[in-house]
Amino acid sequence: MKSLKLLGLSTVVAITALTGCKPKGTETAVSGDAAQKVYVAPGKYDEFYNFVSGGFNGQVNVYGLPSGRLLKVLPVFSVNPENGYGYSEETKPMLETSHGFIPWDDQHHLSLSQTNAEVDGRWLFANANNTPRVARIDLKTFKTVEILELPNSAGNHSSPFLTENTEYVVAGTRFAVPMDDENGDVPIDSFKENFKGVLSFIGIDQQTGGMDLSFQIEAPGINFDLSHAGKKKSGDWFFFSCYNSEKANTLLEVNASQNDKDFIMAVNWKKAAELVKAGKGRKVVTEYAHNTWDESTHSATSTMKKEVVVLSVEDMKEAMFMIPCPKSPHGCDVDPTGEYIIGSGKLAALIPVFSFDKMIKAIADKNFAGEYDGVQVIKYEAALHGEVQKPGLGPLHTEFDGQGNAYTSMFVSSEVVKWNIKDLKVLDRQPTFYSVGHLMIPGGDSGKPFGKYLVAYNKITKDRYLPTGPELAQSAQLYDISGDKMKLLLDFPTFGEPHYAQALPGEMISKNQVKFFKIADNKHPYATKGEAESKVVREGNKVHVYMTSIRSHFAPDNIEGIRVGDEVYFHVTNLEQDWDVPHGFAIKGNQNAELLIMPGETCTLKWVPKKPGMYPMYCTDFCSALHQEMQGYVRVSPAGSNTPLIYSLNNKKDNAQSPVKEGETK
Amino acid sequence: MNTLKTLAFSMLTLALFSCGGDKKTDSIPTASTTETTTTATEAPAASGTNEYDPKRGLGPHENVDVSKFDPAMAAAGKKIAEVKCTSCHKPTEEKLVGPGWKGVTQRQTPEWIMNFISNPDPMIDVDPELQKQLELCLVRMPNQGLADNEAREILEYMREIDGAK
Repeated sequence: MKSLKLLGLSTVVAITALTGCKPKGTETAVSGDAAQKVYVAPGKYDEFYNFVSGGFNGQVNVYGLPSGRLLKVLPVFSVNPENGYGYSEETKPMLETSHGFIPWDDQHHLSLSQTNAEVDGRWLFANANNTPRVARIDLKTFKTVEILELPNSAGNHSSPFLTENTEYVVAGTRFAVPMDDENGDVPIDSFKENFKGVLSFIGIDQQTGGMDLSFQIEAPGINFDLSHAGKKKSGDWFFFSCYNSEKANTLLEVNASQNDKDFIMAVNWKKAAELVKAGKGRKVVTEYAHNTWDESTHSATSTMKKEVVVLSVEDMKEAMFMIPCPKSPHGCDVDPTGEYIIGSGKLAALIPVFSFDKMIKAIADKNFAGEYDGVQVIKYEAALHGEVQKPGLGPLHTEFDGQGNAYTSMFVSSEVVKWNIKDLKVLDRQPTFYSVGHLMIPGGDSGKPFGKYLVAYNKITKDRYLPTGPELAQSAQLYDISGDKMKLLLDFPTFGEPHYAQALPGEMISKNQVKFFKIADNKHPYATKGEAESKVVREGNKVHVYMTSIRSHFAPDNIEGIRVGDEVYFHVTNLEQDWDVPHGFAIKGNQNAELLIMPGETCTLKWVPKKPGMYPMYCTDFCSALHQEMQGYVRVSPAGSNTPLIYSLNNKKDNAQSPVKEGETK
Repeated sequence: MNTLKTLAFSMLTLALFSCGGDKKTDSIPTASTTETTTTATEAPAASGTNEYDPKRGLGPHENVDVSKFDPAMAAAGKKIAEVKCTSCHKPTEEKLVGPGWKGVTQRQTPEWIMNFISNPDPMIDVDPELQKQLELCLVRMPNQGLADNEAREILEYMREIDGAK
């Protein structure tokens, strides 16, 4: 990694030397008023919410822009001890898959829901790269409310990308693999015969946001990297960048770089959906989990699905085409007008810009260069609008400002390059001080970008901050793009590796924020609505504690008669009805996490005491001046003992008295 | 954490009140108090004046008609209280986390009670009786998100406790 960094750096020097400019040092990179432009005074809000992929920690992180302040970490594909996500009984089903419970994944890209090609602040979609999944996050609560596993896939990289009205979320496989209903136990060197690259189309319910794996397309066994839907005139189409058209299966850095050009694959998703409706495609027997969160019961359910409709290349004859694209394309970005499709080849020294109109004409004219595995290949020149010459080295991703300009990240030469989409002239370039990967302009991949800021996220860390051991802090850089020249305003650290991100004006979300859950609407089967309902119920070796919390006590706060070998379920209902008064719940020796229960919510922690003794429990989230007093005891007796099951709150003789109650046994 | 925020806010609110309190919407919108602040700003008693009426309190409720007793309303109030209030209040004179309810309708006006239970934070900041109570209880009464009719029903239940028929 270090040598890569050195290489990157030396290339910067080489490139800047070539272009005749003096290399800019970090000292001169920021102009005088940068600090003012990112300063958000205490009590003032940031202008934008920035949702940034948490990379290999499987989360999504929310930052404010322009301050770069971390607002929240949203657990999506990884368990989170902070609030018990993936540990509490209600959230465990969210991480179920056909491989069982998976507490981790690699979260790459994000996509905000859109209406008429504009971001609308309803939902955020996130992908899991390792065990292919797509998640939906509700932006009213910032909670992961749905996770759908993807069959016939591996390395869910080119996802989740959305159509302009959130009709479909797409997910293309990075690894070609044998289909699930075929034998996967085959020699790897039979790749060319047995491996397929499958594209998944997830239909979205417009009212609820609910996801449904509508169909898949069994494409040739190439690697799908990234994608974007068309918009406006190209709104019926999806574009995918593909690498490894060589279909190599070993030492890909050499063997997948043999061909001068790979492809951008264009898929007419509307036609594909019609084909499925007309009964085309075969039903593939498989297994994939569909996990949904119910906001009224505060609980998730995991369902295993058994079948998916798969269209073949033959079915897609009129609706799927290849466009040659210079070497190993990575980014595949569509401009706000929907006319230009920009491919970025990791190994290319130019940026090809394709024209949607030309592509349609080429298809109509049958201006093909041949076939690739049964897919018609459009002639490169026939679809090409033009090439941006000498933009920099290693173009990866392109975002748009809505003013006719494109901004492309250059991984190898570590810079952001601004260029005009129509005349393809380079207008500006700014160094990034690390090997840059994804770019993000709020709304920058929609039909209506908010072209004020651009954020560049690192791919390889550099020493932007105090050193932190062998691994350095990951980084993002904020640029002001409101003028002709990009201006670097701010560095801020991120979780690594920050892949794609999305942003939108804060008010689009904050106006709809859920402040607390109405206790009357709480339909959790173990909800305790009021202290009078609190109780302890034994069912064999299972003990259910119906518990409440309010500033500053639990009810009950003393429980006796638990035995070693019992499975104790603490169902804690937070009785508060005020914004921002969560209560925590933790108990000594628990091989689990804690709960963090929002006002009006019920959460369940499972606890299996291993030895007799006295076990304190307490609230972990500071809730009032008497927070420290919010605690209680559970007495655990040896297995088989007959200590009576009792519970109480405030049963002291020398104090206000409440009765000690007998636990129920069912 | 929340306490700190609330404390900071209450200090600010006090400062604002003591110097006229005209631009309340500019104050720091802390999470737990935003809503209640808005309510207070819209309340007739708070608009255009810094005079606090300790008989009426701060909030939307005024001229509550208690000429008749409504047992059905009191029963509904008891149900709500058992979910949202009795964790901290007993129907007797006994103090739990908060003071017992017995006698409250004789000590306070119906308007004051309804305003306080539906808009606690801003009232704790300015009401002399509530300031005294805070020194005893040390826990600020949580906003339990009561709807107007729920506040009325709880008042009726309190009246029943105090012997209304």
